[in-house]
Amino acid sequence: MLYDVKMTVNGAAVAGQVEARTLLAQFIREHLRLTGTHVGCDTTQCGCCVVHVDGVAVKSCTMLAVQAVGRSITTIEGLAAADGTLHPMQEAFREHHGLQCGFCTPGMVMMAVDIARRKPGADEKTVRHELEGNICRCTGYQGIVEAILDGSAKINAARINSAEA
Amino acid sequence: MGQFGIGQPVRRKEDTRLLTGAGQFTDDIELDGQAWAAFVRSPHAHARLLSVDPSVAKAMPGVIAIYTGADFAAAGVGRLVNDADYKNRDGSPMRKPTREVLPTTHTRFVGECLAIVVAETQARARDAAEAVEIEFEPLPAVAGGMRALAEGAPLVWPGLGTNEVVHWEYGDAGKVEALLAGARKRVSVDLVNNRLAPSPMEPRVVAARFDAADGQLTVWSPTQGGRRIQQMLAKLLGIPAAKSRIISIDTGGGFGVRSKMYPETVCVAFAAKTLGRPVKWRGDRAETFVSDYHGRDQVNHAEMGFDAEGRVVAMKLATMVNVGAYLSENGLRLPMDGGGRIIPCVYHVPEFYFSVRPTFTNTVCTDTYRGAGRPEANYITERLMDKAADAFEMSREEIRRRNFIRPEQMPYKTHLGFEIDSGDFDGTMNMALEAADWKGFEARRAVSEKRGKKRGIGLAVFIEGAGSRPLEGMRVRFEDDGGVTVIAGTYSHGQGHATVYSQLVHEFLGVDYDRVALVNGDTANSPETSIGTFGSRSSMVGGMGVKQACDAILVKARKIAAHLLQTEAERVVFEAGVFSAGAGGVTIDEVARASRDPARLPEGVTPGLDEETTYKGDSENFPNGAHVVELEVDPETGVIELLNYVAVDDCGVVLNPFIVHGQVYGGVAQGVGQVLTEDVVYDEAGQLLTASYMDYGMPRAAHMAHIDARFNVVPSKSSWLGVKGAGEAGSCGAPPAIVSAVADALRGYGVRHIDMPLTAERVWRAIEAAKSNKAA
Amino acid sequence: MHNFDYHRAASLADAAAKLKGAEDGKLLAGGMTLLPTLKNRLAQPSDLIDLADLGDMRGVSIEGDEVVIRAMTPHFAVATSLEVAAAIPALAALAGNIGDPAVRHRGTIGGSVANSDPAADYPAAVLGLDATVVTNERSIRGDDYFLGLFETALRPGEIITSVRFKKPKRAHYLKFRHPASGYAVVGVMVAQFAAGTRVAVTGAGPCAFRVKAMEEALDRSFTPAAVADIAVPHADLMGDIHCSAEYRAHLVKVYARRAVEALTA
Repeated sequence: MLYDVKMTVNGAAVAGQVEARTLLAQFIREHLRLTGTHVGCDTTQCGCCVVHVDGVAVKSCTMLAVQAVGRSITTIEGLAAADGTLHPMQEAFREHHGLQCGFCTPGMVMMAVDIARRKPGADEKTVRHELEGNICRCTGYQGIVEAILDGSAKINAARINSAEA
Repeated sequence: MGQFGIGQPVRRKEDTRLLTGAGQFTDDIELDGQAWAAFVRSPHAHARLLSVDPSVAKAMPGVIAIYTGADFAAAGVGRLVNDADYKNRDGSPMRKPTREVLPTTHTRFVGECLAIVVAETQARARDAAEAVEIEFEPLPAVAGGMRALAEGAPLVWPGLGTNEVVHWEYGDAGKVEALLAGARKRVSVDLVNNRLAPSPMEPRVVAARFDAADGQLTVWSPTQGGRRIQQMLAKLLGIPAAKSRIISIDTGGGFGVRSKMYPETVCVAFAAKTLGRPVKWRGDRAETFVSDYHGRDQVNHAEMGFDAEGRVVAMKLATMVNVGAYLSENGLRLPMDGGGRIIPCVYHVPEFYFSVRPTFTNTVCTDTYRGAGRPEANYITERLMDKAADAFEMSREEIRRRNFIRPEQMPYKTHLGFEIDSGDFDGTMNMALEAADWKGFEARRAVSEKRGKKRGIGLAVFIEGAGSRPLEGMRVRFEDDGGVTVIAGTYSHGQGHATVYSQLVHEFLGVDYDRVALVNGDTANSPETSIGTFGSRSSMVGGMGVKQACDAILVKARKIAAHLLQTEAERVVFEAGVFSAGAGGVTIDEVARASRDPARLPEGVTPGLDEETTYKGDSENFPNGAHVVELEVDPETGVIELLNYVAVDDCGVVLNPFIVHGQVYGGVAQGVGQVLTEDVVYDEAGQLLTASYMDYGMPRAAHMAHIDARFNVVPSKSSWLGVKGAGEAGSCGAPPAIVSAVADALRGYGVRHIDMPLTAERVWRAIEAAKSNKAA
Repeated sequence: MHNFDYHRAASLADAAAKLKGAEDGKLLAGGMTLLPTLKNRLAQPSDLIDLADLGDMRGVSIEGDEVVIRAMTPHFAVATSLEVAAAIPALAALAGNIGDPAVRHRGTIGGSVANSDPAADYPAAVLGLDATVVTNERSIRGDDYFLGLFETALRPGEIITSVRFKKPKRAHYLKFRHPASGYAVVGVMVAQFAAGTRVAVTGAGPCAFRVKAMEEALDRSFTPAAVADIAVPHADLMGDIHCSAEYRAHLVKVYARRAVEALTA
């Protein structure tokens, strides 16, 4: 049996037909062909698949596409501005060597944006703890942690500025 | 040269693509009309295959084909062979069973591929794979290497009569034993270099397409450069190498394990070729755990004898390496060719005896993993030095200082015939001790003590051999739009080659950094003489390839420029991309354009400025370093917390410190994983107990401390660039430094060593055992 | 993953009816344990009944001396609830340390308590905070709820609607994370009530349990020393390749004492 699913992905309405067992990650990758969201494990541990569902970080390998009906999804492809300007967190990852092979990167960046939202002003120890569900094999996390501290500071400074303006 | 030249911390040009989800990993590729493959894998560590019956599965909806070992044998698919040629002590040859891609009579480890199922969707293929009926006769199995060598152990290959692949040796055992016996002090260690899962974050994927019209096979898969895989695959399938093409666009981490040929690659290619339809297989993490080759898995017994001044007189080392059920490409070589290159590491050891017993077990093969034999070797010598420091009641730095190979002894010929060209081990160690405030440690220990924590500081000095097989082709091409493309057989899968090679081309040819591009990861266009990226070799062999091609370009370009400037080539000056003579000048781009127009060329000069050259070096290089780690142990729970990590590395000339630091951080994390959290565990029946991230402890951000990475630059003499490989240093330094620090923290209890991985429980048990020993 | 039919329940009654009507139906809350189980083909339910649309099953309220958390409330909401933080800070802290941030956004208390994973955190709170598990059919005392490995007092077709935690005088939860999975190897909740102290342990045994000897000792004297030497027999505890039963027993003792230290410091 196939199920009709409709949701918003990166601001655009999308629809498709899926099996009940189709994971949100599969729907994003295979139906929508947005292949920036990666799948690195089978046990909800690695975080390569993190996307935002209604604005919060979720592991898209552990959510069914049918569960996402009516929700608003943001993937890594939807983070940069329409003109290609990188999101401040993406820019921070570039600036601080927060990636090497790039496979964990989309999930890592989506989680980083979530951390910046939930934990403005987090210190290094907090950031490391917040990365409990994201595994990187290349960087030793050092560039990632530095990027999140810097990116978060910039995002939150901009938020305060725009609130004051 | 400016902010984009050699030595500059240039930000990576790879990143924007990877940060925006525009990377192209193998699973991101969909081939028109592709079918999906799934594998039937062995649930037994050792069994006879009585029957393999795919008939029920074949009839399931959506199933296209199922191939078993019998089908492969009938089709004449070749066997995976190993070309090593080690001799036993008595001169007899090593044992060399070959491997069927899909076995026909026996299965020898859990997870071994027994059949490939091809279906319309991945889910259908997996459903059908579960329905393939196989009748097994389970046989006794053995998983541990030392157990496999014991009398009466089950035999992985009964026909061989032993699990020992070879008993290889170097040196004069009698002479070394006599020196050890006569030494003022003699210390020994028994060590476990634990088995690790390399675990790149991208699980293994293979997609293949066969074009019957021209007999062309194309395979997409994560690799570290596909040249060797291309050649092996062609041979196994009986097609010309030119008709076998391997493409890796992006690869999600390599670490040695992605440089290998796996049965799954052959099976998917075979299916695509046989069916005339594209086939794709995406391994999940559990499959990747059971079928990717593992790393390390050595057990070592080592002894050193010292004279009255604490100088080494002799060393002996006996190593068992568990190679798994089959001979992979490099598994059995690692103690000899990997670690053997440098052993006994940074120390001058006049007499050395070394024996190695690679051993079959009913487990997946082991092979190269970050460091590949060198972390194991350094761990052995560093544990011996700490033990010697205890024996002499000497500081850990002093015993090392007395035994370092000194700069004036270089080039220093190692026992196994390699030549260490450069290194300042004492200076590097001193830098690390200084940066870590080694002298001020006792005050910090006292502060921790008040909080109930046992603080320790540890030191490791290590050396590496990098840039092995110094041969690599490289092509540099001028584009019509003024850009320059480097076409390489080295393959960047995280190392930032596009950035570094662009820096080099910018430095050598004066072309704008932004106008240089890298093409790699495709055997159809990479130079024939290229090998790939492994063993920390690309900065040297790839960098020298670029340098050599640019040099050749400049020789020719100078002639053309002289012709254009109507002067003699000797009078032409080249600087920052411009050839000038007197008032006149032409840019290299103008020269490149002119080179395509025969009318504008001087006599005897062939059109075009592109160059393909092959760099061939004489020797590899020897990166080295000293790492100091400070940590606290919670004596009640055994939990270790890293507090400070100082890494001073001699990577020779640093082409891009930003990228090299990244290599150090990543290597340290993999070393931290080995020593604290990672351990591949098979039970006695050969079942893998750590086949997911729920059970296999990958280091997380919170396991790591901030790393203070510094360089002590001693240019290598092995190449004009002076670089030394940087990729594997961290994984050499972290294990011995951390074990040393834990032993230092637990000095008060009398605990002097704990085997890796130092899990909290192991540490707690060591403390408890020491306490009850004291009480008794 | 094997396939199944998917349904969204429109109401609690609808969920119960659909569950009853299915051959081998399972409720889907956050899915943080169920979906990985299905992905690894370790279960093969015929139907999943998703409770996501039951808005009245979500939320936190304070009712008298109880904190009521409705079943579909995600861990993140509990962790960041000012009401929970004010009433039982240890409960908010526990919820804020479950899994990882993405898991906390999806995982729910109802799913966790219904599943009764031996290494889950909430069971320590259910026992330690003298909670009541409320279902569509009845109320079950926390003390009577956990029966064994993945085994609870829930009857087939019964659906958890909320969990009611009693507000203690003071409470503290400490957990030792599994080095690979991050789950609790040992989690200890020490909660002091007017009626007495509770010491509840998760992670160590086949299901959460109370340590009566420690509770009695703390009732006599609420000091770290009171529990410092009370050994927990390890014969009934679990062991795996990372942590043996003996080590878990040791950790229970250390973490109980440290929890009391934190409360008396």
